Amino acid sequence: MKRSRFVLSVLVMAGLVLTVGFPAWAADVIKVGVIGPMHFMQGKGHWDGATLAAEEINAKGGLQVGKKKMKLELVKADSNEFLSITDATSAMERLMTKDKVHFVVGGFRTEAVFAMQDIAMDYKKIFLGCGAAHPELCTRVGKDYERYKYWFRVTPMNSIYLVRVCLVNLATVNGMLKKELGIEKAKVAIVAEKAVWIDPMIKAIEENVPKMGMELVGVWRPSATATDVTAELTAVQRADAQIIFTIFSASVGITFARQAGELEIPAAFTGINVEAQKDGFWAATQGKGDYAVSMSTFVRGVSYNEFTEPFIEKYISRFGELPTYTAVTYDAIKSTLGEAIEETGTLDAEKLIPVIAKAERIGVAAAKSKFDKNHDLVFGPGFATGMTLQWQEGKMRAWWPNGWEGVTYKGMVPYKIPPWMIKKYKK
Amino acid sequence: MILDIILSGLINGSVYALLAIGFSLIFGVARIVNIAHTAFYMLAAYCIYYGTHKLGLNPALSMLAAIIPVILIGLISYKLFIDPIREHEAAVLIATIALAMAMQEIMLLIFTGDFLGVPHLVKGYRMVFGVKIAYQQLLTFAAALLVLALVWALLFKTRVGLAIRSTAQDREVANLMGMNDSRVAMITMGVSVGLAAFTGAVIAPLAIVNPFMWMHPLIMMMAVVVLGGMGSIKGSFVGAYILGFAEALVVFLIPMGAFLKGSVALSIMIVVLLIRPEGLFGVAFEEER
Repeated sequence: MKRSRFVLSVLVMAGLVLTVGFPAWAADVIKVGVIGPMHFMQGKGHWDGATLAAEEINAKGGLQVGKKKMKLELVKADSNEFLSITDATSAMERLMTKDKVHFVVGGFRTEAVFAMQDIAMDYKKIFLGCGAAHPELCTRVGKDYERYKYWFRVTPMNSIYLVRVCLVNLATVNGMLKKELGIEKAKVAIVAEKAVWIDPMIKAIEENVPKMGMELVGVWRPSATATDVTAELTAVQRADAQIIFTIFSASVGITFARQAGELEIPAAFTGINVEAQKDGFWAATQGKGDYAVSMSTFVRGVSYNEFTEPFIEKYISRFGELPTYTAVTYDAIKSTLGEAIEETGTLDAEKLIPVIAKAERIGVAAAKSKFDKNHDLVFGPGFATGMTLQWQEGKMRAWWPNGWEGVTYKGMVPYKIPPWMIKKYKK
Repeated sequence: MILDIILSGLINGSVYALLAIGFSLIFGVARIVNIAHTAFYMLAAYCIYYGTHKLGLNPALSMLAAIIPVILIGLISYKLFIDPIREHEAAVLIATIALAMAMQEIMLLIFTGDFLGVPHLVKGYRMVFGVKIAYQQLLTFAAALLVLALVWALLFKTRVGLAIRSTAQDREVANLMGMNDSRVAMITMGVSVGLAAFTGAVIAPLAIVNPFMWMHPLIMMMAVVVLGGMGSIKGSFVGAYILGFAEALVVFLIPMGAFLKGSVALSIMIVVLLIRPEGLFGVAFEEER
């Protein structure tokens, strides 16, 4: 009896060891965790971008790690971070403990990424952020390098740079109104959803509008999920605003664009409207989204370098839609990580970090990309700038940077003022 | 600005009224707190989306066609999940929450969390006293008035309405008089879900179709119903417009706090309840019963 119990115990223990330990034994694959809200377009972007990168690498036999070729295996982790930060941390824990991934890419919502970042740092795993813009995610690296050095932001630019681009865009639109419609001192209304990451942006814009020779007529803060903003639009019209500066990352961006188009609000748009970055925006606004503006990463027919357009075409033919910025997991895996692994010939995070930190890479989402001392994406001419799009006659077009600091990308078009605004103000 | 506030308030109020009337009806008759009410509205919106975008149907036809399957799903849900536990109000409440969550997750699986849109029945806008109002919003306003008239006619001018009112008044006596209260409750559930589906059909073009679109209207609808007096249709109607005007006031008077419009509306509800715990028309409704 005792003997059989002993044998049974040994068998159970062996089973446990095999079950828990086996993933780590699958030695000749590099396991990359892709974490994001997989039931939402942001997570789909994370996964699809990563899939393309892994397929291309594996088609060539894998990455050269020292003397052997190792294929990539992606592990999908649904963070469900829009609805639950706890789900996000659980998903990250699972990647670390059960799936035993070597690296992680993804993350979107700042609040969730902060929590996920800490877990990855606890396990000393390289986490390439592909979604959250909050500067603090990278200033943490500067403040406590030993703990946070495993973090790099591959995309997007941090929100300080986003404000800078927004202000450059605002100045461009203001100049255009002056030239085309003779509006000497444009009245600006800010319409921004209520979200924490937007608060400092509004403050910066409020401070700069008068300095830029414009007049601020008001700030409206609808809820991020508002399904009706006609009251706000009526109030903005009553204030006689000629430029509406939008900052939207949620569904209110669709509501706003659709209702502004339906009511033919006589004002020019600038700013950020994340929903406008998607192919589905036109259908979601029921064809009323013309003249909506947003900063973005990818626009059909516009290239940062020779790799952008083939990537966009391949992505569209494979997944049926334009990639958004979370699909830059492609660059994270293929160039940031893949090239560094081949250069160092190791999967050891300690050896990879200095190489990733110093290298300049040519990916698909910027002319060139490199990281600053805080492992944040470098912004500026020759590096990441993003682009600003406008919906024109049902098509997504890019109108900035079109000559800014000498930067022009192939396929840019001029900004368009809505015809109902021209009708109202043309002298 | 006063005209702006009045018109915005009327439009907002009509949307809330449409939602609250159906919810109020089933509570008044069968004492069922149907948390899944706005989830049926979400289902209707998805049916319309599917009809217009996947099957290529005309928007008006899709809207009409959407109502039937949603009523059927509502009746099946009632028979399977609500009827067996109808006597236990807390259990019904929990069951309908679960039902709504299940519908949300199913929609999330089928359509993902992408934000979708359905076409307007009538495009364009009209200037009303210097304020631009979209035709679709005017249609919603008219639909709210029409629905109220139809519900009134159903309750007071038909035999079914008489049965519904009798059952609402005293279930046992209605039973003794030969009325099948379970059947009456089922008919009322059908009417209530039908109203939710109709609301979905009218409002969907103004909303963003997504699996979570039922949550915010649910909170506002509950606020309207509690403010007006649980189960009182008249109360729901008046409550809806009070909250609609409150929201418009916030947007026009405190632009920086426009996101607070929901909170302000809910605060008004709390203040009214502190003064009059049964809601605005709660007592009147009890007397009617």
